Amino acid sequence: MDLWLLLEWVVKSAILLAILLTGFAYTTLYERKLAARIQIRIGPNRVGPRGLLQPLADAVKLIFKEELIPASAYKIVFLLAPVLTALPALVILAVVPWGSSIELFGRTISLAIADINLAVLYILSVASISVYGIVLAGWSSNNKYAMLGGLRSSAQMISYELALGLAFVGPILLASSMSLGDIVEAQRGVWYIVYQPLGALIFYIAMLAEVNRAPFDMPEAEQELTAGYHTEYSGMKFALFFMGEYIKMIAVSAIFAALFLGGYRGPFVDQFPLLGPLYLALKIIVSLGIMIWIRATLPRLRYDRLMAFGWKVLLPLALLNIFLTAIAIVVLGL
Amino acid sequence: MRGIFELLKGMWITFKQMFVRPKTYQYPEVKRPVRQRFKGRHVLKRYDNGLEKCIGCSLCAAACPADAIFVEASENTDAKRFSPGERYASTYEINMMRCIFCGYCEDACPTEAIVLGDNYELSFTDRSQSIYTREKLLESVPAGGQTTPQQVQPGMFDRSIPVMKNPD
Repeated sequence: MDLWLLLEWVVKSAILLAILLTGFAYTTLYERKLAARIQIRIGPNRVGPRGLLQPLADAVKLIFKEELIPASAYKIVFLLAPVLTALPALVILAVVPWGSSIELFGRTISLAIADINLAVLYILSVASISVYGIVLAGWSSNNKYAMLGGLRSSAQMISYELALGLAFVGPILLASSMSLGDIVEAQRGVWYIVYQPLGALIFYIAMLAEVNRAPFDMPEAEQELTAGYHTEYSGMKFALFFMGEYIKMIAVSAIFAALFLGGYRGPFVDQFPLLGPLYLALKIIVSLGIMIWIRATLPRLRYDRLMAFGWKVLLPLALLNIFLTAIAIVVLGL
Repeated sequence: MRGIFELLKGMWITFKQMFVRPKTYQYPEVKRPVRQRFKGRHVLKRYDNGLEKCIGCSLCAAACPADAIFVEASENTDAKRFSPGERYASTYEINMMRCIFCGYCEDACPTEAIVLGDNYELSFTDRSQSIYTREKLLESVPAGGQTTPQQVQPGMFDRSIPVMKNPD
């Protein structure tokens, strides 16, 4: 193996991690500011200019909070669960390309950490790992609310993963590749959201459920389950769950952008490859904004309706979408 | 199908709100004026000449459901006169941790001496600061009046209770 290639990977991973961690902090601020505007409020504006240092203040506060471990908790699992939730969220973005490639120090550097040819399967498998973290967190806390939250989340995430997986199939069929790089390149002319409006809608709904965002935030339903699976967590362990949720929001938004919104593609991106990450960031920000907007609007679904919606509406619709896409590809010879 | 339309209608309503001016009052800098009948911290009133309205009758303490008020009365003399009546409140303490701001003291007061004002900033850092004494509660002397105790001509105030009008 080339030593320079290894170094390149390390640097790219470090950059991505740094972007994700600051991005997570500022996603919380973005959410608070946007939700405040929707509720005709101003939102945080005390720490730093226009409240821009608020995430820093929150982090400092969380670090100094007492770390509580319930006496009857299963300690090893209890400590491991937050890590198990946050880690997949960080790892999942490795396969999403943020640009084509640039020339630097006489080398061609592709702007993706690992553009593997099974990216879609990788995303699906890594995304489901974080369910374990949530279930184990709920179970190991030895608290009935946390337990219920964990169980709900496993049921919900498994049901919606089906629709999510099936929504992936549309772009795969159109691009005839499972690599996100190929899928993005195939959207050179028209974004897939034009060919796949139903698929994009199903994907968006399923991804809201996958990251436990309102209106599918059943696992952490504050009013019924106090806080769901992270009831017993405090301090940095709680922050890790929080981090996992928000980084996953960014990650699924990036995947949505890559599958349906043309990823890093935009005007002049072929001449200036460095515009690619910028376009991707813009698309992620818009997608996050829609998520926050939905959260500020819609109330939480009842649990049985959530399951009924997943199995009786989304799953058949996703299958129908694949069916129609396949027929269209065969008939029109795309 | 109708459900989706309703969802989009809801989304449109919240979207419009984003462009409405925020209604926030930036509290410590900008204070929202309180309502006319707001019940805030108590104020002990004075007459125009500066004499205190309170005559130390303890009816407010008796009316208080939270037992937050403590009154101790002393005799007025013409050399050291605090109120126009026979007696005045030499000690008047309200424990703001017990007060529920019901306004019964206001209703019970025969001389309209105690009134719930508009001050709602009652935070403190020490429990002993929650007890508001007479000096803290008394309003400032109105223009043209003198501070208490006043020295007055003998015979000017010979009633045990000052003359009162019926309230409007």
